[in-house]
Amino acid sequence: MVEEIIIAGFGGQGVMIMGQLLSYAGMHEGKNVSWIPSYGPEMRGGTANCSVVISDEQIGSPIVAEPTTAIVMNRPSLDRFEPAVRPGGLLIYNSSLIDRAPERTDIRVIAVPANELALELGSDKVANMVVLGAYLKATGAVSEQAVRDCLSEVLPARRRELIPLNVKALARGAGLVS
Amino acid sequence: MKQVYSVPKSLRPVSTHYCPGCTHGIIHKLVAETIDELGVRDRAIGVASVGCSVFSYDYFDCDFQQAAHGRAPAVATGIRRTVPDAVVFTYQGDGDLASIGTAEIVHAAMRSENITVVFVNNAIYGMTGGQMAPTTMVGQRTTTSPEGRIKGLAGEPIRVSEMLATIPGATYVARVSTTSPAHIAKAKRAIKKAFEVQLAGGGFSLVECLSTCPTNWGMSPVEAMEWVDKNMIPYYPLGEFRTPEGGQTNG
Amino acid sequence: MAGRKLFKGNEAVAEAAVRAGCRYFFGYPITPQNEIPEYMSRRLPEVGGAFVQAESEVAAINMVYGAAGTGARVMTSSSSPGISLKQEGISYIAGADLPCLIVNMVRGGPGLGGIAPAQSDYFQATRGGGHGDYHLIVYAPASVQEMVDLTLGAYDVAERYRMPVMILGDGVLGQMMEPVSFPDQMAPDRPAPEWATRGARDGRTPRLINSIYLKPEELYKHNLDMAERFEKASANEVRYEEVLADDAELLLVAYGTTSRVCRAAIEKLRERGIKAGLFRPITVSPFPYDALSKRAKSAKAVLTVEMSMGQLVDDVKIAVAGAAPVHFFGTTGGVIPKASDIAEYAAGIVGEEVR
Ligand SMILES: Cc1ncc(C[n+]2csc(CCOP(=O)(O)OP(=O)(O)O)c2C)c(N)n1
Ligand code: SF4
Repeated sequence: MVEEIIIAGFGGQGVMIMGQLLSYAGMHEGKNVSWIPSYGPEMRGGTANCSVVISDEQIGSPIVAEPTTAIVMNRPSLDRFEPAVRPGGLLIYNSSLIDRAPERTDIRVIAVPANELALELGSDKVANMVVLGAYLKATGAVSEQAVRDCLSEVLPARRRELIPLNVKALARGAGLVS
Repeated sequence: MKQVYSVPKSLRPVSTHYCPGCTHGIIHKLVAETIDELGVRDRAIGVASVGCSVFSYDYFDCDFQQAAHGRAPAVATGIRRTVPDAVVFTYQGDGDLASIGTAEIVHAAMRSENITVVFVNNAIYGMTGGQMAPTTMVGQRTTTSPEGRIKGLAGEPIRVSEMLATIPGATYVARVSTTSPAHIAKAKRAIKKAFEVQLAGGGFSLVECLSTCPTNWGMSPVEAMEWVDKNMIPYYPLGEFRTPEGGQTNG
Repeated sequence: MAGRKLFKGNEAVAEAAVRAGCRYFFGYPITPQNEIPEYMSRRLPEVGGAFVQAESEVAAINMVYGAAGTGARVMTSSSSPGISLKQEGISYIAGADLPCLIVNMVRGGPGLGGIAPAQSDYFQATRGGGHGDYHLIVYAPASVQEMVDLTLGAYDVAERYRMPVMILGDGVLGQMMEPVSFPDQMAPDRPAPEWATRGARDGRTPRLINSIYLKPEELYKHNLDMAERFEKASANEVRYEEVLADDAELLLVAYGTTSRVCRAAIEKLRERGIKAGLFRPITVSPFPYDALSKRAKSAKAVLTVEMSMGQLVDDVKIAVAGAAPVHFFGTTGGVIPKASDIAEYAAGIVGEEVR
């Protein structure tokens, strides 16, 4: 199995953390992983993205040009990464903030009203976790348990008290996918 | 309806890349208004430095050159000596001017190079993500002073205006703040005076503008303004340190 | 080795240097390597070392000169524009036969350029960089773990040949996180070398750290001695990796991040039935000329892939020496080549030359 994922959104939507959680979880499951962020001043207020590769084999290239999955949290990211998804791949988009439906028909598309669902749970800060939960259920790239186990390692200290909420958000997202 | 706010002609009507609450924008506006009022837009040549203001050439509607980190006063010297009627100004951050560019600024002042320097002191490296600057306050946390700036290891912050004021060639040196309408009005007067010194052929002029970096200070814009008033102004007193008339007005 | 941890390349190279005995870091912020000084500002005080944020790269490299001259294990890091400023000091350090570790996380140039990953400092790194007749030993890792492993050995090599060692990375390698493991033990303390200037105590003769030789014959002799040490390094320290090269009709040559993309390109080519392989220099100075020369003889064509307008390709041409046609595929300005584009270009060559 090789999963090549691009996760993109506004700075502050937690896309880097999503990628790191996947990477840590993959590593703890004994897989090979890599995580590459976009970096530099464009991150301030602009869009941010990261590439994650999770593989049973040694990772050839950590650079992801044609993702097997793109997770997009805002409209500019959808516009940028929808065309890049590999035919037969997966596109998960945050339908709370994106005002158009994806156009591709040769890929699987999952809409996640992430901010709405997160707010229902108590805070839209965990919108990213709702989306991540949906991704995990859809692909089985790593187990939800492995991600849960990594939360304390990845979340900054000031957000640790949000761990139970994060766990709920993962489950809520997973529940969307059949 | 009476128009109470207008964009200076020397500033392009575009939105900037500066973070919300960053005072780079205010300082741009003061410089542009000055250029408008003096009617020198068509002979103004700006020199952009390396820092968050590296893209200031996108905002000022006049000729510009972009200089290597710290070298803006040298680049400005090159321009000054070749275009005699140009109005030459540099726009530099505190990392750029007070760290890597100390030699260039000191020697431009020493030669009394007829240029105007707009020096933005926000006590941190903004562009690169919040490292310690020579102007960082003792105790101030940055990404390279994780325990706060330690006097015994990194020294105490450099007071550029006071230092340059010791140089005979520095004709006009002032420090201003941008944290209140009254401060901004004074800042505007100082910047205009600095350009007027240049227009009169008076030699080197510099205005140090105490500025905020809410993003890397980890504060809201309002908290950042208060932090300047509370922590920076006591250490960096406002006023004119050298004037063509030879006077000094502190505080 | 302890368990694997997920580490950013920049932090991994810093930690590896600390494990290798580095206790002194002098640097200046620049993207995309800021995590190195930031990490060192936290880490070195923990191990009784010192971190200084210099006023400039020019100052930082001269702080390295001073510290290296006392025999300390010392490091600096920067990215392209900052490394350009350090060239004067690097020339002096090389001229004074001092070991040290320099990291360049290359970004696009020339001038202020951009902050995205590039490989356009290859000439500067492999041809000395500053003025004068000297070479550095330059490693070009392709993964975070390899960067750690090379850094762990870097001081031993620098001290053996008494010349600076450079780790030539790029924005991707600095920013990327991969699982790594570090040795549990710190490098053991070692006595100060017999040339170190630490005070002529107990009546020993004073020593001098210096690179001035006004008499041509003396500078001649000194430069010859440096060249001999580099020759020895060329004999002993050259490293490279080959992937599916044995039966390769089309041999790709690439280093660092680009070599990772080439691995993916080779997979695509093999799926199409094209026998492609990879030759990856790990030391780019000294360059594995002999090994590449040998390998090129069994290939029908060679393709150099790099993130520059053509720098590595010069060394490839020197090595291949006409044994096979040398092609070039480059991206520049911070653009990373796509595996599919490389494969497409490579397939085109095969159409012309291999079949
Ligand atoms: C030679 C060189 N060294 C380092 C850098 C990286 N760099 C870019 S901006 C900057 C500092 C900016 O800080 P400051 O001048 O205080 O301006 P601010 O961003 O705070 O407005 C540095 C170190 C560079 N571009 N060139
Ligand atoms: S990082 Fe700081 S100095 Fe730069 S634009 Fe943002 S607030 Fe202003």
